[in-house]
Amino acid sequence: MDPARLTYMANQIARNLAPQGEAAAVDLTCQHLRDFWDPRMKAAILAGDRLGLDPIARAAVERLALPTS
Amino acid sequence: MGYERQADFGTPEVRSDTAVTLRIDGREATVPAGTSVMRAAAECGGSIPSLCATDSLEAFGSCRMCLVEIEGARGLPASCTTPVAQGMVVHTQSERLARVRRGVMELYISDHPLDCLTCSANNDCELQDTAAEVGLRDVRYGYAGANHLGAPTDGSNPYFDFDPSKCIVCSRCVRACDEVQGTLALTIDGRGFASVVSAGQAGDDFLSSECVSCGACVAACPTATLQEKAVKDIGKPERAVVTTCAYCGVGCTFRAELRGEQLVRMVPWKDGKANRGHSCVKGRFAWGYANHQDRILKPMIRESIEQPWREVSWEEALTYTAGKLNGIKARHGARALGGITSSRCTNEEVWLVQKLVRSGFGSNNVDTCARVCHSPTGYGLSKTYGTSAGTQDFDSVMDADVVLVIGANPTDGHPVFASRLKRRLRQGAKLIVIDPRRIDLVRSPHIEAAHHLALQPGTNVAVLTAMAHVIVTEGLADEAFIRERCDWDEYQDWARFVADERHSPERLEAVTRVPAQTLREAARLYATGGPDWASAQRNKPNAAIYYGLGVTEHSQGSSTVMAIANLAMATGNIGRAGVGVNPLRGQNNVQGSCDMGSFPHELPGYRHISNGDVRASFEADWGVALDPEPGLRINTMLDAAIDGSFRAIYIQGEDILQSDPNTHHVAAGLKAMELVIVHDLFLNETANYAHVFLPGSTFLEKTGTFTNAERRVQMVRKVMEPANGLEDWQVTQELARAMGLGWDYTDSGQIMDEIARLTPSFAGVSHARLDAEGSLQWPVNDAHPDGSPIMHVDGFVRGKGKFIVTDYVPTDEKTGPRFPLLLTTGRILSQYNVGAQTRRTANTVWHAEDLLEIHPLDAENRGIKEGAWVRLASRTGETTLRATVTDRVAPGVVYTTFHHPATQANVVTTEFSDWATNCPEYKVTAVQVLPSNGPTDWQESYASWSEKSRRIAVEPAE
Repeated sequence: MDPARLTYMANQIARNLAPQGEAAAVDLTCQHLRDFWDPRMKAAILAGDRLGLDPIARAAVERLALPTS
Repeated sequence: MGYERQADFGTPEVRSDTAVTLRIDGREATVPAGTSVMRAAAECGGSIPSLCATDSLEAFGSCRMCLVEIEGARGLPASCTTPVAQGMVVHTQSERLARVRRGVMELYISDHPLDCLTCSANNDCELQDTAAEVGLRDVRYGYAGANHLGAPTDGSNPYFDFDPSKCIVCSRCVRACDEVQGTLALTIDGRGFASVVSAGQAGDDFLSSECVSCGACVAACPTATLQEKAVKDIGKPERAVVTTCAYCGVGCTFRAELRGEQLVRMVPWKDGKANRGHSCVKGRFAWGYANHQDRILKPMIRESIEQPWREVSWEEALTYTAGKLNGIKARHGARALGGITSSRCTNEEVWLVQKLVRSGFGSNNVDTCARVCHSPTGYGLSKTYGTSAGTQDFDSVMDADVVLVIGANPTDGHPVFASRLKRRLRQGAKLIVIDPRRIDLVRSPHIEAAHHLALQPGTNVAVLTAMAHVIVTEGLADEAFIRERCDWDEYQDWARFVADERHSPERLEAVTRVPAQTLREAARLYATGGPDWASAQRNKPNAAIYYGLGVTEHSQGSSTVMAIANLAMATGNIGRAGVGVNPLRGQNNVQGSCDMGSFPHELPGYRHISNGDVRASFEADWGVALDPEPGLRINTMLDAAIDGSFRAIYIQGEDILQSDPNTHHVAAGLKAMELVIVHDLFLNETANYAHVFLPGSTFLEKTGTFTNAERRVQMVRKVMEPANGLEDWQVTQELARAMGLGWDYTDSGQIMDEIARLTPSFAGVSHARLDAEGSLQWPVNDAHPDGSPIMHVDGFVRGKGKFIVTDYVPTDEKTGPRFPLLLTTGRILSQYNVGAQTRRTANTVWHAEDLLEIHPLDAENRGIKEGAWVRLASRTGETTLRATVTDRVAPGVVYTTFHHPATQANVVTTEFSDWATNCPEYKVTAVQVLPSNGPTDWQESYASWSEKSRRIAVEPAE
């Protein structure tokens, strides 16, 4: 999967969830990726360099890397 | 059912809590107060002769046939216009009445041709029946006097003729056009003996008039004056089957009337709860595609898309395809396979395709065309209310006092609902339209919107937030409702957010281009019913929101749906008749295809694939393990195909090449796949990239169910054998069996039983119940045994209604010096979606090509004249089409439809999409429009590729 496209998608999700407050937006963005992204998309964004990610999206991707409890 | 007319009670049903008892010809009848004597007589088994009365229209009292004697009343009152009274004694038959009626009939017949035996309405004519009822034997006046017998027939409409020589000027057609359809295209021209039915202005014929060919006048005509051409050509039908239309999400019930297996006509069914006896030009007339010569009836395969197609047997096609699928799965894993379910197929068929993908292919890579239309509705309404569907039934609109239409063009997209809406508006309900274009509802005969907010495309969230700002800051929110039904803390967070000065209409005017004062007045009207309301009797007006793809097909589609949901909660407009949030669904079964688990992240009934309990219930029933991870969406399937990790797709009844954005990208994705299976009626555009073609069956050739926009599950019934040999669910079953799955459904009712077993909201649905009850609105289960016309009545499905803060985020699609205009897209009444069906009917007479609407100012700046060829270019691609210059669109905005493959409007649209669901942003593309003198390179190369790709090898003669 094209990393630039996935980065764009993650940033767009984060940007639209941002009005809910930063902490909630990070939670919701991470949950959104878990709920709606195919495994290869998740793997690709986790493997990417994350430089293009906005702060909320980056924090969400970092959280995505953690095992779910 | 044999062929007989549906019962006609003469005048409309009246609802009243008061019952009135009277005697009619010695029979006692008890009916609601306000009922006509005519209807009361019909309800207790009698029949009063009449010509100008029919129960779809208000009583008119013009034909003087339905006179009755009422004891104690003077003269002979018309039974259609006389309401019943307690203790009334009515005589409908007497020597005096017979004499008067015969005299009236004699006058009618003195100016009517006596060609009954050769008339196309012979034995299906109310005039003929009535003449028989009154016992007319002779016409004393002769036939030599002045008459209308030589009046020429108007055959301009492709589907029906108007033969004025047979007209009795009962005005039923004119009243049907006024009351039922609401177009007011017909009138009675002239006076007295010179009175004639006239379409449009003097000099117009039916085709050139404003007539929208809905067929209401044809259905209302008591003679052969307005009649389907097919009846003239074929003859009177001999049997009838009640079924459901396969066009838009309104889901009209029709009676298919046939001779043998030949369809003669589709007549709207008065007991259909979605359409209440009305129809539009598509459902009523545009069914000729079903037997069009382009239909492919034999399976075909080819190794590569460069080769011509080769016709093969079903067995060879299925064995070949299953072998390929199993091979790709073995080499690349289950997640390399996927499918697309069809929103035009039945629930049962959709169920099997997603079951095949999940349990046979072994992935969750299943998606449906709702991805590109209403996926934000599912997301937005489930987050806020807890269910992925509209809140009301269509009847609800008749209780609405204020109607807000946003991003929808009901008169073109959902015409039968639009007629109901217009009827309510004529009764006095107020209308607010939010749309970049001046759609017909803004101003048409007897209809005028109180406010038209002609916003800049892409600013829906800004407009709705500004409306919320007005409602909150002016104290118009319904706090009692919110405290009772919603999460109060979340409301306060939301209210604080929208009340911020930066969300005021004045501040946002620069972005939305909606004058702040207009926006404020619209918000007040929605919340309060307007300044006149205080003096009205009820405390609280009912305000309803209806929306369409102008809401969802944006990069903020889901946010807009949530903003709409917030607005309805904030004003307490949820949970009763006349209010609600109503998505107008595009395709006949788009609601159903979503319900049936067509999304890659959820199992049927909108339950997430990660939910172990839900997964376990399916695993136990299907006997396989399911992938717990969400799968790919259509657009990411294409991305993954280019990437090499997605290799095979089964597409049922969906033309993604034409309907999905950025045609080049779709083509590249399809080209990259090893196996593209297209299951369709026609070699559609997607089939140009396919390796296997499985012929499909039409809605006339199968039994199953469709679910319309009001969650109404209705039967689709087979009226003829499938021309391709198999119903679509059987094709999917055979493919599954060829892959080694042991499916053995013997009829589609068994599939519905499985749906009910595994989907709680469908627990009470079965074909037997639908046959008995007509239709059911889900949820149908222990809590709602008779279904749910209105949702969230006692509380939201999710518990407390959830306010979600949404903020305007501008789309990344920007205008600039190279692309200064915004293109928005839509549809037109006579055509449907990609046009695969309607282009293969005479509907092309109304819309033979896609046109680009451009404002006179923008046209003049570019030297573009009406009808000129123009080049429409975006950052993604370019195409050419003809322009029409109109001030329906604002300066800076252009508009077109996507019904014709030669235009391919989606070559121009971009891949920007809704943040939450990836629903494409069809409604906003930055473009330039310039004069042109011919097709683009892409159009030429695609046309030649398309022709080459559709070749079918000719078997050598032995």
